[in-house]
Amino acid sequence: MSEIDLDRAWDLHPQVSVRPEPFGALLYHFGTRKLSFLKDLRLLAVVQSLGDAPTARAACTAAGIPDSDLARYNAALTALVSSSMVVERTP
Amino acid sequence: MTVTEPAAGTRLVDLFERGLNSPICLTWELTYACNLACAHCLSSSGRRDPRELSTAEAKAVIDELEAMQVFYVNIGGGEPTVRADFWELLDYATAHHVGVKFSTNGVRITPEAARRLAANDYVDVQISLDGATAEVNDAVRGPGSYDTALRAMRNLADAGMKNFKLSVVCTRHNIPQMDAFKELADTYGAQLRLTRLRPSGRGADVWDELHPTQEQQRELYDWLLAHGESVLTGDSFFHLSAYGQALPGLNLCGAGRVVCLIDPVGDVYACPFAIHEEFLAGNVREPGGFAGVWRDSELFRELREPQTGGACSSCAFYDSCKGGCMAAKFFTGLPLDGPDPECVQGHGEALLARRPEDRSGIPKPSVDHSRRTAPARRGPVPLQLTRRPDLERPPVSACAEDPLAGLRVT
Repeated sequence: MSEIDLDRAWDLHPQVSVRPEPFGALLYHFGTRKLSFLKDLRLLAVVQSLGDAPTARAACTAAGIPDSDLARYNAALTALVSSSMVVERTP
Repeated sequence: MTVTEPAAGTRLVDLFERGLNSPICLTWELTYACNLACAHCLSSSGRRDPRELSTAEAKAVIDELEAMQVFYVNIGGGEPTVRADFWELLDYATAHHVGVKFSTNGVRITPEAARRLAANDYVDVQISLDGATAEVNDAVRGPGSYDTALRAMRNLADAGMKNFKLSVVCTRHNIPQMDAFKELADTYGAQLRLTRLRPSGRGADVWDELHPTQEQQRELYDWLLAHGESVLTGDSFFHLSAYGQALPGLNLCGAGRVVCLIDPVGDVYACPFAIHEEFLAGNVREPGGFAGVWRDSELFRELREPQTGGACSSCAFYDSCKGGCMAAKFFTGLPLDGPDPECVQGHGEALLARRPEDRSGIPKPSVDHSRRTAPARRGPVPLQLTRRPDLERPPVSACAEDPLAGLRVT
């Protein structure tokens, strides 16, 4: 999958639950019955704020991610999109 | 299971070793009652325990699981569907955001039940079958059990249930049938799930004859590698990772860290294969409930401490197999900080060979609900009346009125 467009609006899939854990968080998709683990607290902050942010880029900036790290976070978000944990938000 | 991480950091396994806020994989055995009497039953099931959790108590457990965000439970038994309130509890759990995956021998999976299950997105079903042919299956699970399981699978498929699981415990007799199991699963639109035979419960009595040989372990490992993530294993073959390449999954003993068991009477054990007082962490009926046991039990705290490899620490493969399965070691009488009895490097075999012929000194399961194979004893109990040798004279009754009663003249 090619990388997602950071300048679009994204959100957690409505069937996904997020459970905080000492190392980050656990994501569970009730539809696909798949588990994902977030081992990065900043990525967790991004994922949790996606729904309220105008774009994914804005969510990353708000979480204090420097531009130089954006590519890595884009890759992580892309992985979440490919497993349907994160979906594009339609207005 | 996928891991999403932007940075190469600590391995997930290392994080999990310290335990989680809530279990990921919780097994809940709803009843010890079962219509079958499988030779290798890991919970020694058969008879219902009169102290079984009531419907209200079971619902209270579900409320706790919802609050703890335990996303799903693996329900088993016994045969969970023989509980009169099974469907009520299933609906209660899924309405409270606790998904249910339950194991059954299929006895109650009628066409109607199958339609009900197919209509609920939060339910998954595992049909247990331990032979791809009636001959191999029924030898372990009992006469007629193969037909029961296949009828259930047909009903599920007819109801449109997709991707339910065909769950197989791997034994010496069915390892040659792996391809046949896969075909069977494909026929019914099911996914194959293979798990390891443990010497737990009644499994301890048949483990020596049923557990796969070393050659079969290799065969199974190669088969699993060839089939990748299309076949589920519940992480149960992580001891095979010491052959070289790690199998998909966590490859870690999750007991008390990511896994635990709630048994029918509410006792919480470190894992479903360790129903023994040694691994008993507490009971959900205690004031702190299940959450209290999970978070504060002394046993779980110990299991979350860094473990030492013991006799295994010098082995080059320790990092991939972590010494294997705690329950398998315990119930074969092997030291917990040594190799797994089925260690693929062969380190367990020598230890197994040293077990006494009569298996004395090896821990037995402390809970047994097996049905009696002989009627309970009736008639007089033969005994002989004697005097207690430690008394100089008979004890004095509390009703003795004689003023000299009990007087001892020395």
